[in-house]
Amino acid sequence: MQNFPGVGVSPGRIVGPVRQMPRPLSEPPAGEKRAPGTTADGAAATLQAAAKAVQAELRGRAAGAAGDAKAVLEATALMAADPMLLKAAVKLINAGTSAERAVWEAADGVAAMLAGLGGYMAERATDVLDVRARIIAALRGVPAPGIPASDGPFILVAEDLAPADTATLDPAVVVALVTAGGGPQSHTAIIARSLGLPAVVAAAGVDTLPDGTEVYVDGAAGTISTGPGDRERAAAAAWAANASTLAAFTGPGTTADGHLVPLLANVGGARDAVKAAAAGAEGVGLLRTEFCFLERDTEPSIVEQVEAYQGVFDAFPGKKVVVRTLDAGADKPLPFLTDASEPNPALGVRGYRTDLSSPGVLERQLAAIARAAGQSTADVRVMAPMISTPAEAAGFASLCAAAGLHTPGVMVEVPSAALTAESILREVEFASLGTNDLTQYTMAADRQLGPLAALNNPWQPAVLQLVRLTVAGAAAEGNGTPVGVCGEAAADPALAVVLVGLGVSTLSMTARSLAAVAAVLATVTLKEAQEIATLALRATSPGEARDRARGKLPILDELGL
Amino acid sequence: MSERKATVASSSGLHARPASLFAEAAGAAGVEVTIAMDGAPAEDAMDASSILSLMTLGAEHGSVVVLRAEGDGADAALDKLVAMLETDLDAV
Repeated sequence: MQNFPGVGVSPGRIVGPVRQMPRPLSEPPAGEKRAPGTTADGAAATLQAAAKAVQAELRGRAAGAAGDAKAVLEATALMAADPMLLKAAVKLINAGTSAERAVWEAADGVAAMLAGLGGYMAERATDVLDVRARIIAALRGVPAPGIPASDGPFILVAEDLAPADTATLDPAVVVALVTAGGGPQSHTAIIARSLGLPAVVAAAGVDTLPDGTEVYVDGAAGTISTGPGDRERAAAAAWAANASTLAAFTGPGTTADGHLVPLLANVGGARDAVKAAAAGAEGVGLLRTEFCFLERDTEPSIVEQVEAYQGVFDAFPGKKVVVRTLDAGADKPLPFLTDASEPNPALGVRGYRTDLSSPGVLERQLAAIARAAGQSTADVRVMAPMISTPAEAAGFASLCAAAGLHTPGVMVEVPSAALTAESILREVEFASLGTNDLTQYTMAADRQLGPLAALNNPWQPAVLQLVRLTVAGAAAEGNGTPVGVCGEAAADPALAVVLVGLGVSTLSMTARSLAAVAAVLATVTLKEAQEIATLALRATSPGEARDRARGKLPILDELGL
Repeated sequence: MSERKATVASSSGLHARPASLFAEAAGAAGVEVTIAMDGAPAEDAMDASSILSLMTLGAEHGSVVVLRAEGDGADAALDKLVAMLETDLDAV
């Protein structure tokens, strides 16, 4: 039995075989020539055969798919042996280039042409590059990049996963995620929680496990072990039995002594919102409006925005919906708003700050939100991301007032905002702690970096102190300004108890986590939560803080959380 | 050389699914068929069986395109392909 300790980012216990995510393909070197002894005709025939094999594989997958996925696979299959692509490659082969390099360059040419056409065609450029990678993998005799195809369920193991890797992830086939790199706030962690898959990140060495190795994954403890025995199998079976009770949340969120803590959902669009409402969310604590802007070259019109927001508001009639204004920059660049050449994008013009460099976009967004709010019964509030000073909070509040939005708020994710919460909250009606960025900025540790996973942990006592100071600032301000949390921290049931103990009034999370958080919160009184929070605050490390809190919450172990 | 003009009927133009269906049909036509926008020089015509060529052609709903083919069966093949272009393939 071999153990791989990592960082647990999404709870769940499961036993299954691993499949390694194939490594990204390296580019064939520029100027690579055909090997001596191979003829141009021979190389062209090899390329044809590889292209046909990829086409057949994609056609086979299309046959087993339905709807949009089927149409996309059929079109991609045609691209694989496309005469235009292959003719361009054969021309290069005839000029002496190797088959791999030839198809690489030919596909580059086609992709650039499609990208130049913009819109729908530009999106297809990605498909051409995907097909190219598959052809090159076939030429090299290595597995094609992307999530491996499989008949049975498996545990996906990777160095790290990017959004493009997980777009096609089917949670019925991929039953857990394990990465050697990545941190608690990495994309892998976020996608795992939204799909409800057990996940462990930063588990060094797992990428050497051979395909098919049976392992036990505990997404709460953050461990992976080979050769699972009866104990592990029983734990996995117990989790599977519990999972159904942890899927149902009927609200309201409350402590054992009846202190209400509204449990809200983080959503990124109307579809998410409908799902969140069905999962019992008491409202929306974070509507990420980027969905309406991402992958666009120009700003969406007010009419388009109104329609997009309306879809979310309509899912929560009479309920609270907190809209976060556009949070572009850093890991979410937008060509018409942010400067991609900044040396330090996380510390650059992002979030509310883009209003300095591109005035007007925020005003139009607020106008669209106000119009959509006017046509719905949802209790709509707006908050600005990346607020650092009282002056910024005041500036945002006056923009909101001008748009006819009367409940402005701010995100607290920059440490300066937590430290000056009293002055900032004098300008607005509420605050919401974005624990992901707050942790990144407090610890000066990039969210995406695996080696910094230990620093980038919301259990860091320094982060908990800033939560405490924000709540204290709100209390000192004297108007009972509510402070919520809408970062990933709220989805960790143990941390959720600590946050409530620190005085946080609402928790907003991925809808998947509502039931687990509610189940754990219901086992403690407010006073107990406060005691647990004090224990965590006084810890000297995130591990100690977490252990202390978990030690007081036996329900976690019972539920496998 | 046989030649036919056709007006693209698919609402999304010659992209996506219509392009897949048309490329597949052109590939199965038995003769080599080229496609060009109406008015473009014949030497710029592209392989109609290439989905990538069709996508870069940029034919929208209502665009007029020219199909050309040579040899036995060219006329019959072109008639079939014209009928296809003049059907709304998005609705199929």
